[in-house]
Amino acid sequence: MNAHKEASGSAYFIDTKKLEVNTHTLAVVAENQPGVLARIIGLFAGRGYNIDSLTVSETEHEKHVSRFTIVTSGTAPVVAQIKAQLERMVLVHSVADLTLQGNFLARELAMVKVSGEGDKRVEALRLADAFRARVVDASTDSFVFELTGKPDKIDQFISLMVPLGLVEVSRTGVAAISRGLEAMKV
Amino acid sequence: MAEDMIMTGAEMVLRALAEHGVKHVFGYPGGAVLPIYDEFFQQDKVKHILVRHEQGATHMAEGYARSTGLCGVALATSGPGATNCVTGLMDALADSIPMVLITGQVPTHLIGSDAFQECDTVGITRPCTKQNWLVKDVNDLARIMHEAFYVAMTGRPGPVVVDIPKDVQFAKGTYTPKTGVIVKSYQPKTQPDMASIEAAVALMATAKKPLFYTGGGVINSGPRASKLLREFVELTGIPITSTLMGLGAYPASGKEWLGMLGMHGTYEANMAMHDCDVMINVGARFDDRITGRLDAFAPNSKKIHIDIDPSSINKVVRVAVPVIADVAAALEAMIASWKKHKHALDHKALSSWKTEIGKWKSVDSLKYRSNKDVIMPQYAIERLFALTRDMDTYITTEVGQHQMWAAQFYRFEEPNRWMTSGGLGTMGYGLPAAVGVQAAHPKSLVIDIAGDASVQMTIQEFSTAIQYKLPIKIFILNNQYMGMVRQWQQLLHGNRLSESYSEALPDFVKLAEAYGGVGMRCEKPGELDDAIKAMIASPHPVIFDCRVANLANCFPMIPSGKAHNEMLLGADVSDEEVGSAIDAKGKALV
Repeated sequence: MNAHKEASGSAYFIDTKKLEVNTHTLAVVAENQPGVLARIIGLFAGRGYNIDSLTVSETEHEKHVSRFTIVTSGTAPVVAQIKAQLERMVLVHSVADLTLQGNFLARELAMVKVSGEGDKRVEALRLADAFRARVVDASTDSFVFELTGKPDKIDQFISLMVPLGLVEVSRTGVAAISRGLEAMKV
Repeated sequence: MAEDMIMTGAEMVLRALAEHGVKHVFGYPGGAVLPIYDEFFQQDKVKHILVRHEQGATHMAEGYARSTGLCGVALATSGPGATNCVTGLMDALADSIPMVLITGQVPTHLIGSDAFQECDTVGITRPCTKQNWLVKDVNDLARIMHEAFYVAMTGRPGPVVVDIPKDVQFAKGTYTPKTGVIVKSYQPKTQPDMASIEAAVALMATAKKPLFYTGGGVINSGPRASKLLREFVELTGIPITSTLMGLGAYPASGKEWLGMLGMHGTYEANMAMHDCDVMINVGARFDDRITGRLDAFAPNSKKIHIDIDPSSINKVVRVAVPVIADVAAALEAMIASWKKHKHALDHKALSSWKTEIGKWKSVDSLKYRSNKDVIMPQYAIERLFALTRDMDTYITTEVGQHQMWAAQFYRFEEPNRWMTSGGLGTMGYGLPAAVGVQAAHPKSLVIDIAGDASVQMTIQEFSTAIQYKLPIKIFILNNQYMGMVRQWQQLLHGNRLSESYSEALPDFVKLAEAYGGVGMRCEKPGELDDAIKAMIASPHPVIFDCRVANLANCFPMIPSGKAHNEMLLGADVSDEEVGSAIDAKGKALV
C-alpha cells in the first residue's frame, strides 16, 4: 500500500507541520440584519478558526448592506474552508479572499495616548509628524495622536511611543478593499 | 390593500402554513404561543398533533419531512419549550432535513428583562439552524414565514427557527402572500457547471476500478435523483455502496449493490472503497464514520464529488473533480454526457474488478453465529425484513447497535423509507420520528427498530401515538445494555463496563398497556415469526419487547483510527483481538 504518499486533508491525524500558516484578509458583504455579526463570529468560535481582526459597518444604507473585513490566519485549506462556510450563510452576499486575489489596500486607524514632559514630549511630536499622525487632543502633559495606515506602520508607531510614555491605544481593526475597477457582488 | 389581508400575527402564522401546504404541525402549547393555539382552534386546514415533550415534536417533524420530501413543522413555546427543541434542530442540521420551528417569545417590551420563560432563542439556536429570525414587527411576519420555508427547503436543506413575541402575535398587520419572496443574499446553485460534468465523465471513462459512493444528498434531491442514479449504474455497470443516510437510493436487491460502507459497513464495500481508482461521491460528505483513517482513505483513487454545498468540497478529503449542483441535475447531465461521448468502461478491467469484489463478498462479513435458544439480534432484523418486505413499510431507528444491525440486515428498495439519526446520532430519535412518519402515511406500516436504552429517552411520545391512533410498531432489540457503549468499552477500556448496563428496565409489555397500547414479548427464536406477524396485524400502537442475545456485538467494524482494509470481522474475532484492536492514538477518537 502506498497510503502515505498522498497528502490528505485529514481531520484525524492531520499533519499540520507540512502546511504553512498564513494571514489572510477576507472581505464579506452581507445583509445588515440582526444576528449576522453573531452568526459570523459564531462560525469562527464554533469551528475553531482564528480572528486576528474584525471590522464591520453598514456601507449601503438603502440596500441594507454591511461590509466586514476579517483578518484570519490558517493553512490554505483551512482558509478556503472558512471562505466556503461564510459564503453558504443565508445572509451573506459574497466573500473575497483579498490576500489570495492580491493587490489590495488595508488600512487601520489608531488613537494613541502618550503622556510625558520635556524632551520626551518633543520627541513624541517629532515622531508623530514623521508618521503623519495628527494631534487630536492635547493637554499640558499628554497627547492623543490619530494615525491611519497599514497595521505594521501602526505597530511600529506604538512601539516607538512606549519609551516616550505610552498610556493607551485604541485601534479600529483593518478595513480593506481591492485596487482597480472591480467591486464585490451585492 | 384588500381588507382580508389585515390580520393578527397569529392569524398570519396559520395563513402562511396553509399557503405552504402544511398539513401537520407537531407542537406543545404554552403561555407565549397561546394566540397561535387560539387560531389553531378556529380552523381545520392544518392539523395540530400534541406531543408530550418538544424534542418529540422536532423528531416527528424530521420523520415527517424525511418520509415525504416535504418540510416538517414544529411549534413550541418560549423558554423551556424552545430549549427542548435544540437537540432536534441540531439533528436536522446534521442530516440536512428541512424543518421550520416556530417558537413563541415573551412580549417585545419584556425581551432582555429575564422575564418568566424568557430565553435568547435566536442566540441559543443560531449554531444549530441554517437561519433564524426574531420577528419584531408584525408587518415582517408573513415575509419571514415565507423566507423560512424557502431557506429550509432549498439548497442544502436544514432547520430554521422563527421566534415570535407574544405581542407580535396579537398585533394586526398586513399579510403578504408568498409570491415573489426572495432572499437576495441566498441563491443556492443547483445546476452544474458543464465543464465539471465533462471532466467528471472523462475521468470516469478512464476507470479500471470505479465505485459509486452515494449518500443522503441523493435522498434529499428527491425520487428523480434515485431514478437517475439507478439508470447511471445500469448504464455504466459500476458497483455502488452507500452511507447510512443514503440507503434506499439504489435498491439492496440491485445487481451492483455492495451494501453500506463505513465503520459497520460490509467488507466488500470497504475493501472496494480502499482499492478503487475512481470514486464517484454522489451527495455524501466524507464523514469520519465513512472514511476511517483519512491518510489511508482510498489511497490510489481519483475522486469526483457531487454536492450542493460548496463548503463540503475539500472539507476533509481533497477531490480531483468537484461538481457543485443538485444531485438530480448533476446525474442527468452526466448521463447525457456519457451517452453523447458513447463512453464505455474497459470491459476486461471492469470484470476483473468485479471478480475481486466477488472474492470479498464471499467472506460474508455479515455472518453471525446463529442460536436455537436465544434470538440473535441480526436474526430478529432478518425475520422482520422477511415478513415486511412486501408491505408498504417505513423504518425508523434509535441510535446504537440496533441501528447498525437495521442498516445491515434490513434491505431497502426505495428512497424515503429509512429514517435514522446519522450525523448527530440522537438516541430517542426513532420513536417520535415514527409518529411523524405515521402521521404522513396513516395506512403504511411504520416500525421503529429500537434499543432498550434509546427508546426510554422519548418513550413518552408513545402516548402521542395512542392519542392520534397512529399504529406505530416499536420493535425493541432488548439486550439489557447500552450495547454500542458496551462494545466500545470492550474494545477500548479493558472490558470495564462502566454504567452501560440497563438497570431497572421497565416491563415494556405493561408499559405499553399502561399507555393504552399493545405490549408483546418474544424470547424464543422459534416463536419470533408468529410474534412479528401478530405485531404487524395489530391495528394499534405496539411495543414489541424482543429479548435478544445480551452480549452480541456489531461486526464487521473498522476500529477508530484504522483504514478500510483493517476491518474486524465478527465470526472469527477473538477477545484478544477485540481488546487490542485500537491503539493509543485511536482511543482518543470517537
